[in-house]
Amino acid sequence: MGKTIAEKILSAKSGTDAKTGQIVVADVDYVMVNDVTGPIAFREYAKIGSSKMYKDRMVLIPDHYVPNKDIASAVQAKEMRDFANEHQVKNYYEVGRGGVCHQLMVEEGFAAPGRLIVGADSHTCTYGAVNALSTGIGSTEAAVVFATGKLWFKVPESIKVELTGKFRPHVDGKDLIIQIITDIGVDGANYKAFEFHGPGVANMTVADRLCVSNMAIEAGGKAGIFPCDALTEAYIKDKVRGTYTPVAADPDAHYCRTLTYDLGQIEPMVAFPHLPSNGHKVKDTNVVIDQAYLGSCTNGRIEDMRAAAKVVKGRKVAPNVRFLVVPASQRVYRQMLDEGLMQIFLDCGAFISGPTCGACLGGYMGILAKGERAVSSTNRNFIGRMGDKDSEVYLANPETVAASAIAGRIVTPDQLEGQ
Amino acid sequence: MTGKQIEGKVWRFGDNVDTDQIIPAERLVSTNLDHLNDFIFEKVRPGFGQQVKKGDVLVAGRNFGCGSSREHAPRSLMEAGFSVIVAESFARIFYRNSMNIGLLLVECKTNAAEGDRLQVDTAAGTVKDLTTDRQWTFEKYPPFIQELVDAGGLVNLVKEGKF
Repeated sequence: MGKTIAEKILSAKSGTDAKTGQIVVADVDYVMVNDVTGPIAFREYAKIGSSKMYKDRMVLIPDHYVPNKDIASAVQAKEMRDFANEHQVKNYYEVGRGGVCHQLMVEEGFAAPGRLIVGADSHTCTYGAVNALSTGIGSTEAAVVFATGKLWFKVPESIKVELTGKFRPHVDGKDLIIQIITDIGVDGANYKAFEFHGPGVANMTVADRLCVSNMAIEAGGKAGIFPCDALTEAYIKDKVRGTYTPVAADPDAHYCRTLTYDLGQIEPMVAFPHLPSNGHKVKDTNVVIDQAYLGSCTNGRIEDMRAAAKVVKGRKVAPNVRFLVVPASQRVYRQMLDEGLMQIFLDCGAFISGPTCGACLGGYMGILAKGERAVSSTNRNFIGRMGDKDSEVYLANPETVAASAIAGRIVTPDQLEGQ
Repeated sequence: MTGKQIEGKVWRFGDNVDTDQIIPAERLVSTNLDHLNDFIFEKVRPGFGQQVKKGDVLVAGRNFGCGSSREHAPRSLMEAGFSVIVAESFARIFYRNSMNIGLLLVECKTNAAEGDRLQVDTAAGTVKDLTTDRQWTFEKYPPFIQELVDAGGLVNLVKEGKF
């Protein structure tokens, strides 16, 4: 029988004939940790007492609580900086030269087709968009990769997602993935990999694919893998480091389940509190908001900023709303300046910050008070995710977030036109 | 293979308990690493960390530990004193994290209620509710996972030269 992409990559990296259900030990191309997960990994690495360190495979990215939120986070960020200095780890991205880890992993060319990448952050599955097998792990296992260059993996079953058609205006990858999670539930893909197929894939930008792969974990997925096509090659051309080998599934590969979506039928979606699977069509809802958040590893890319800027251009943020715009990296920030997007967001009354995970995880820079509601382009709407346990997060695409900031309630750009 | 027999008092949770509930993001700073147990479930069950006694058992429904990869979640539960977590299913990263740091997980659907005495036998593959006298069975770990459990986590396995 043929193999899925996950089976092929794990076979190649483990030097075995890896099949679904087996546990293999495989060579890892890159391991990433952030300022929250790094400190535990550094302690565990010391416990291992290894004389080896696979430095070239390690990527250290402070992003959750930097620029330092308070003294405790300053201590934490310093731990990573000190570790990088002490061990001469060159892939360390200081504040001002970095950004949100998953955006950087793609921008800096660590993510590439056929690679096996792990990261101590659950949204590491993002790089499936560029045909990598990448997945979130814990700190202890990151430390083991530091010391050994390898890790154990259960070869996942794969869910085939067959895509046809093309998104309509104001609909994007975010709506597709919210629809998928709503259909299969937050554990619908637990321990499984999504594999995307069909003619619809070529109609999706790589930015859309990154958003979809990013949220594979919100259905419990180990990975969300796209094929490598002309769009992928063009997207990574100026970024990728080293050589890479695209991997395609065999025609007779086995899938545990097949889902089919016509992109043209997907509508703007909003996931209600407190699970990403609580998806509703935006047009069927009526939710007044206090805050609109545009940013994160899910939707903080230049494509997201352009789409949102188009919506708010020449308009004003609703009086009772704070509109926070947080580019996912310094590079995105600079592009926004170069393209005149900063002007548009400033003119509409938005607050713009440098890159940080900050408010997405309820860290800082936009925390919600009791009873407040936010529409957000992020990935999680769990209880208390962005602040008080009695605050609410509604997940939507960047254009919906932008339109909602203007309207003061959750709407699509189309609904805004009608006002 | 070695087996473990554990007996403890049940704390009951539902489905889709996420890691933000187990320990909120604002507690994830390295200065908290030696007292993570102070913060468990603080947003949804204030004061919970102080109520748990060493050896207690956490019982939950589907998809326990979904969400973030923060290893602080299983660490905080382990430090609070939980001897084992019994759930119908676990989210993937939480499962890996727990097994890799030596927190015992048992995948088993039960209807044990809060306050019941529960007995878990990993060699026999049984979960017994001593209060209601009901019993459930679970599948044993694959050999590699059993090795991890026996070693008490991945770091030990590496130190023993078995990885």
